[in-house]
Amino acid sequence: MEPLTWTGILSPLNYALLLATLVLAVGVVTQLITALFATDEPLVVNRDGTLAAQGGFRGLTNEIVRWSFLAIVGVIVAYIVGGVILGRDAGILGAVSQRFLPVWIALIVTFSLSMTFKRNLGLYGKLFDSPVGMIGFGLVMFWVFTAAFEGFFGIISTHEALEQLVRMKNEAPGSPVEGVDPDAGYYSHYLLGGDNLARDVFSRMVSGSVIVILIAPFATIFAFMVGITLGLPAGYYGGRLDTILSFFANLILAFPVILLFYLLVTPEIRQTGIPTYMAAVLFLFPIIFFGILIHSKFRTRPEINTPLLVGVLGVLSIVYLSTINQEGTPIDFLGFIDLFDIAGGILTVFVSVVFVNSPTVFRIVRGLALDIKTRDYVAAAQTRGEGPFYIMLWEILPNARGPLIVDFCLRIGYTTILLGTLGFFGLGLPPESPDWGATINEGRKLLSVYPHPAIVPAVALLSLVLGLNLLADGLREQSLKD
Amino acid sequence: MGQFILRRLGVMLLTALCLTFIVFYLTNLYPNLEKLAKTQANNRMTDEEVVKWLDTRGYTQNVFVKYGEWLGVLPSKVTTTEQGTFTRCSRPTILPEEAPAFCGVLQGNFGFSTVFKDEVSSIIGTRLSLTGYLMLWVMLVMVPGALVVGVLAGMKEGSRTDRTLSTFSIITTATPEYVSGVIFIAVFASSAVGLRWFKGTATSAMDAATFENFFLPVITIALYGLGYIARMTRASMTEVMTAQYIRTARLKGVSFGNIVMKHALRNALIAPFTVIMLQFPWLLNGVVIVETIFNYKGFGWTLVEAAGNNDIELLLGVSVVSVFVVLLTQLISDIGYVYLNPRIRVS
Repeated sequence: MEPLTWTGILSPLNYALLLATLVLAVGVVTQLITALFATDEPLVVNRDGTLAAQGGFRGLTNEIVRWSFLAIVGVIVAYIVGGVILGRDAGILGAVSQRFLPVWIALIVTFSLSMTFKRNLGLYGKLFDSPVGMIGFGLVMFWVFTAAFEGFFGIISTHEALEQLVRMKNEAPGSPVEGVDPDAGYYSHYLLGGDNLARDVFSRMVSGSVIVILIAPFATIFAFMVGITLGLPAGYYGGRLDTILSFFANLILAFPVILLFYLLVTPEIRQTGIPTYMAAVLFLFPIIFFGILIHSKFRTRPEINTPLLVGVLGVLSIVYLSTINQEGTPIDFLGFIDLFDIAGGILTVFVSVVFVNSPTVFRIVRGLALDIKTRDYVAAAQTRGEGPFYIMLWEILPNARGPLIVDFCLRIGYTTILLGTLGFFGLGLPPESPDWGATINEGRKLLSVYPHPAIVPAVALLSLVLGLNLLADGLREQSLKD
Repeated sequence: MGQFILRRLGVMLLTALCLTFIVFYLTNLYPNLEKLAKTQANNRMTDEEVVKWLDTRGYTQNVFVKYGEWLGVLPSKVTTTEQGTFTRCSRPTILPEEAPAFCGVLQGNFGFSTVFKDEVSSIIGTRLSLTGYLMLWVMLVMVPGALVVGVLAGMKEGSRTDRTLSTFSIITTATPEYVSGVIFIAVFASSAVGLRWFKGTATSAMDAATFENFFLPVITIALYGLGYIARMTRASMTEVMTAQYIRTARLKGVSFGNIVMKHALRNALIAPFTVIMLQFPWLLNGVVIVETIFNYKGFGWTLVEAAGNNDIELLLGVSVVSVFVVLLTQLISDIGYVYLNPRIRVS
């Protein structure tokens, strides 16, 4: 079989893409240079009283930039649509975009539903007014859907993540699969090439997304639980509690992250059980958080309070105990009640990432609480005789949600980078794990000869983090407009 | 002001003690010591032999006593057995009998590296100077670049320039060093793409740094920090540009260039100064990653080697230095902020 080219019969589009990119680059540079010297854009008052900016040279460059950008987007859409229809005839890009077909459908459904009802969806709906936010949201949802379809159904990847087809070692992208029985049901090509151990780079990238999408948001949520549970009292009460907690937060923040990882995520440390003990402490915070959250609200209505508390805390405690209870670690007493086990490596990685992130969240929440506690509605609640925890969780926290949501998006990105760093240094997850950091680390050894095994996960990680940052930027822009 | 600095120094010292103790405790956990004994003496030692080996070398003492010895406030333990005398102050060149009683960090003695077979202090000295050179160039590229980008973007909020430059800063902050480093090497240094403008390793830059072998590591670290500082500068600049005195200046008829250069810039640069200082701990991360990718044998590379080979004394030395760098920059940023911003008075 012939090896695939990058774009197959859609290759005429390449010239269009090249041309549009060149025009865009020249346009943007011209824009930057002219903006340095130009004065304010001259405005013209129309007869009906409206204002219009005059075109001129700057107007022309603005138009050129706009249209060339739209052209690039158009060409990319053409690649994707053409690829979905033509498949392998449209080269590697075509075959890849055909594999992602379920993701495209899910994306289109999400976007069209959200666009239709955007006026009723609050801040989420406003996101669809900002192009930057939409691009970010699209990138993030692309990876979320990829991880979901791959994790639940396994329909995106072409091969198994650990499957080695010996003849495919270090093969270039688009190489046809050789040396296997043609009737064995293997996909006909290694779309993005083979790595040093003859595994399919594309499939590993796709299955790596499952690990990243699973760990990064959850670790961030836990870090937020810890940071909020400690930061609100520190900011609200102040005084000695604040001094002590801030000292500890600064202590952790003064550690260079990589040093902390090297100290916490080694097999020797895992033997001593320190990560398990840390998990036991850190995972306690969600239980405390939800307990106080419910109790402070329904304190005066025991007929709701008691069943709700028993139900929520009961479920959380069982999950908590099953999480920290692991065979072969110092905490192992549950026996048959232990519902599930998390592979040791993942738990260690999870704990250290939460540990590194929570002090920063603590500082942000503390700062917000310090600011908000001087507001009138807090004083009103105090006069009403509300308890301090009601004020913190039901008055201060909802009013701090804007900055917290923005920081949440940014922090998921940062957590993704941290996970990649861990993988890059070969810490935590097993070496054959397809997560992006570990794959980059493995690929970089032969980087100057075979760049594709490292480039593919690198670009994947870049696009996810970029999407999260753009999403955060769009959210910030929209929440400031309120 | 004097009292403020004194109090900050006190807190800093306490933080340093706590941090070094945590590192000391974590590196001296029993599994680490066991591994050390097995790599140093014999891989097939029985458990009793391991304990005996550790015991004669003073590793089995109480962790606080050991920490005191390492710090240099307690005399190090001298054990005499039939195999000879052992003390942590002895070296291949210094006999145990002649070794001083105190040999800790306070005496300037960081211990002996088991991997490099050399004094930790001299290893850190040479490695740190190599990294210092790298950092110098990173700063020279990153700080002016970030300030220019930030000021240009913040000059007119919402303009085309602002949007283009902000997108650029977002992209760089979303690209961690291990991603940009890999992409740069693949594009500019690999035979697959074929540009080969730069070298993919910086090993030769340790002796003679040239543009060809040093540009990629420098730009890789600089780009990640650049976007962040630029965004902070932009935020600070836009805030200043909406201030009352800027409007007064505009209404007086001062030209836009003059407003930016003479009225806004000085006030806008206060916040970025703090950010640049607090950027050092992050840069340390970048240095570790980039030195690993480009095989530049500096401070970060030493950290990886020490941690990977269970070189306890060297890892402790590296941690002490990095913790002090971080705390020192925090102190400078605090003092500098107070000094630069006349609105803040510490009494």
